[in-house]
Amino acid sequence: MNEPVHGQVSQEVLARVVREHAGRLAASLVSLLGDFAAAEDLVQDAVEVALRRWPAEGIPERPEAWLFTVARRHGLDVLRRESNYRAKLARLTSPAPAPRDDRLRLIFTCCHPALSRTAQIALTLRVVCGLSAAQIAAAFLVPESTVAQRITRAKRKIGEAGIPYRIPAAEELPQRVEEVLAVIYLLFNEGYLSSTAERAQARDLVEDAEWLATLLANLLPKQPEAAGLLALIRLHRARGAARFDGQGRLVLLADQDRSLWDRQAIEQATALLTRAARAHRRPGPYQLQAAIVACHAEAETFAATDWAQILVLYDMLLHLAPSPVTRLHRAIAVRHVHGPAQALTELEDLGAVLERYPLFHATRAELLRDLGRREQARTADERALELTANPAQQALLEQRLAWH
Amino acid sequence: MFIETEQFAAQLEAMDELEQQAAYAAVAQWFADHAGKITHHTHLAPVHTATTVRLGQGEPVITDGPFVEGKEVVSGFAEVEVADLDEALKIARSWPACPIVEIRPAS
Repeated sequence: MNEPVHGQVSQEVLARVVREHAGRLAASLVSLLGDFAAAEDLVQDAVEVALRRWPAEGIPERPEAWLFTVARRHGLDVLRRESNYRAKLARLTSPAPAPRDDRLRLIFTCCHPALSRTAQIALTLRVVCGLSAAQIAAAFLVPESTVAQRITRAKRKIGEAGIPYRIPAAEELPQRVEEVLAVIYLLFNEGYLSSTAERAQARDLVEDAEWLATLLANLLPKQPEAAGLLALIRLHRARGAARFDGQGRLVLLADQDRSLWDRQAIEQATALLTRAARAHRRPGPYQLQAAIVACHAEAETFAATDWAQILVLYDMLLHLAPSPVTRLHRAIAVRHVHGPAQALTELEDLGAVLERYPLFHATRAELLRDLGRREQARTADERALELTANPAQQALLEQRLAWH
Repeated sequence: MFIETEQFAAQLEAMDELEQQAAYAAVAQWFADHAGKITHHTHLAPVHTATTVRLGQGEPVITDGPFVEGKEVVSGFAEVEVADLDEALKIARSWPACPIVEIRPAS
């Protein structure tokens, strides 16, 4: 990690401050200017200046006012060159933005269903979390120009197609919240699955996802699924330290050292989930997934896992959100409740849909091995290895093939 | 823009007269419900009536049929005056006929 010039501002602190304030500034400027793209340009410029100067000069006492001042000064520069900015910039005369939190509107605009999923993700990271195009590109392993182009196109569509900057009406809200949650969940998965010891230097998308989920849960207290997603992310993160061994290899749930799990974080996340469930009595896919993870997280040992409860939760989840991948996970619970033979029967139905999904073959291999069908197990593991692109999963499968 | 599919055309074809009348009545009702927002609308004749003119490379080339042969065809359009995309989406959601509606800004 780069040492800051005067040693007083670490990259981590810098990232946190930018994340907290860039979105607020963007929200204020979109409100003031009524132009999403122009506001976003000004925020990006201000954030760039901050990233250049804060490591040396220290973080100002009021970062928000500092960023606003820089954005306004830059806006006035632009004004001198472009006449159409005149009317908008006239509105920038107030000394600092109102303290009202407008970020919810910003999030709904960035995650509007009229934008593609990749555009929603890039825009949310950039506008709400204050990431640069280079940071987003590094996190998703795509060229920076691709990210920049996605953002430019998305901003153009927002302006030209008339994507509004407001909180959706009550009748659209559930569907629109779902869209936002899907974006955050995808971000989390991307960060969680690609995280390895070697990539610890890269921007941690998991942290951005948790931050976004926290923001959303606070801004939408009446939506239990927002709390559900936050609990889900926190439950996964609480067990992060046990996911990799000393050599950076992936460790399966059954073999993880549970003393490394953060018990306090698990308790808090479970409490959050229980509160949301009791207050609203509206179960949803994120609450149910979090409840399943909580069952694992609360078990003192792998053997003590309450598989019967997990199976019930999977049945509820499948009822609300049918998916072949969920059925695959359910089959693992079936194995522990009813034995490998029944689990294997349930898997066979999924072969056609999940033929290209590595975890399907890896799970099948485990069940076949339980049943003593070692040759078939080996073939299934080999197929899983062919299909997976994730280095940690590859290492795990190679190890298993060498042992059996 | 209203987009018909082969399946939708077949369904309409298969309806008896009463059902067809009900379908047309639903469309008429939709236009009445949103009359305040609709500034103009046009229903296009079926694709087999289309003629395409290709310009730009020497003499214009005139061909029989639509410019894209497809299972999905634009069958008409309505112009609506709305504040933003969400308002347009709300109107589009209640469209009672063909299964696809494309929304585009117009100037």
